[in-house]
Parts: sequence; structure tokens; C-alpha cells
Amino acid sequence: MTDFIQNFPFAQLLWWVFASLAVGGAIGTVTRKNPISSLLFLVLTFFSLAAIYLMLGAHFIGAVQIIVYTGAILVLFLFVIMLLNLGSEYQSDLRGGLWITTGFVAAGLIGFAIWEAFRTPNAVAQLGGADRVDAAVTEFGAVGAIADPLFRDFLVPFELTSILLLVAIIGAVLLAKRRV
Amino acid sequence: METLQLMDLSRLSLGLSAVLFSVGVAGVVFRRNAIILFMCIELMLNAVNINLVAFAHRLSSLEGQVFPIFVIAIAAGEAAVGLAIIIQLYRVKGTINVDQADELKG
Repeated sequence: MTDFIQNFPFAQLLWWVFASLAVGGAIGTVTRKNPISSLLFLVLTFFSLAAIYLMLGAHFIGAVQIIVYTGAILVLFLFVIMLLNLGSEYQSDLRGGLWITTGFVAAGLIGFAIWEAFRTPNAVAQLGGADRVDAAVTEFGAVGAIADPLFRDFLVPFELTSILLLVAIIGAVLLAKRRV
Repeated sequence: METLQLMDLSRLSLGLSAVLFSVGVAGVVFRRNAIILFMCIELMLNAVNINLVAFAHRLSSLEGQVFPIFVIAIAAGEAAVGLAIIIQLYRVKGTINVDQADELKG
């Protein structure tokens, strides 16, 4: 009995729990008629994905996913849904006809890509070794370990992203005004 | 903090990323509500993030964890501008059904 408990891969079981929640939430997002139900299923997906990020050792990304992605972007979606007062008539807006064939063919092709990905052998060379990430996280913390590549190797994309966010703010304010 | 050294998790996460991406593609194809279209696009972006983080875990690189930061920032900017456009579409057409926004057709 203790052998079974010691050898049981609890981490993988936990991963499967969160992965099923994520996929279930994704399917719920795609199939709900009410936009608010769709959004809440997406919130479930995002929280499960944050847990999987933590399991994969990306602590900063997991925290940023919850704070920024779920807590800001999806709340913005919610505000817009409430502002436009949608969902009073819960008619189905699913397409039919040729679209169904196209959608299933597209999803099937991607599923075939999944199957191919699982068939390839497990021989991938390690770049820096596991010690590098662990050492950086132990010495600088989860945020400090990310800051070193972010502000050295990726400084130009970082500054360009800040300019892009400024442009997005100006664009969003201009586009949503009543009279320009 | 120790990272989980189970290599299987990264391969399983690649499969999860592909499944989420295909669900997002199916959502974009099937739905006509513009806001739900946007939510399916965010789902696809999250599938890409899972892909990047899975490879970062497999190859033990920190650079694979920096790119999702940019993806999230760009998704935020895109969501803000896109939702502003949807608000204007609603003010002009009275509906956010994308099939009825076809004035550039033909």
C-alpha cells in the first residue's frame, strides 16, 4: 500500500485534473449561447491554465495570467458585454451548412497534428540544464529570474511593447468616443 | 523553489496546447457573436502560451518564459482596441452579429 502511494504520480494526476478543466472550459466557451456564460467558462480555463503554468515551473507567468489576463482583460470583456446589454435574447448564433464541414475539417487537421506530435521520439537536447533555471529562481526569486532576460536580451521588444500599449490606449479611447 | 522535473508534463502540455488551439479555431469558425469570437481568439493565444511554457520547461530556458509576457501584453492591447471597434459596430449597426457587418462585400 505504501509502495503504491509512494510510486503514484500525483503530479501527473493533478495535471490531468487541471487539463480536463481547461478543455472543458474551452468547449463551454465555444458552445454557450449566453456571452456571460461563455466568459465564465473562459475564466475557468484561464485559472486551470495558470495552475498548469505553475506546474511547468513558470511561476511569474502563472501569476501574471491570473492578475493581468483574467483579472483585467476578461473583466474588460465583461464590462463591454454589460455595456452593450447583450444576451437579452439567447438565440443561437452557431453557423450551419458548409461552415460545419469547414470547422470540423480545420479542427481535425489540428488534431492530426497533435497525433503526429505525440508520435515523434523523445530525443531533445537540453540547452542549459535544469540547474540554470533553478539557480536563477533560488537566487533572484521568480520575478528576478525573469527580469534578467527581459531587460537584457529582450530590452528592445520590451520598449516596443510599451509603445504599442500606449498606441492601443489612444486608439481604444478614440474609437469608443461618441463624437470625435 | 524546485521546478517539477517530470519531463512527461511538457509533452502532455504540448498536446493540451494543440487541443485548446483547435477548440479556439472551431469557435472562431462556428460563432457569429463578435465578442465570443474575441474570446475564442484569446483562447488561441493562451494555447500558444502553454506551448511556449512547455518548451521552456523541457529545454530549461528562461527565454521561453519571457515571450508569454509579450503575448499577454499584446493580447491586452488587442482586446482594448477590438472591443472599442465592437462598441462602434454596435452603435452603427445595432447588432454585433458579424454576418450582418458585410458592407464591404462585393
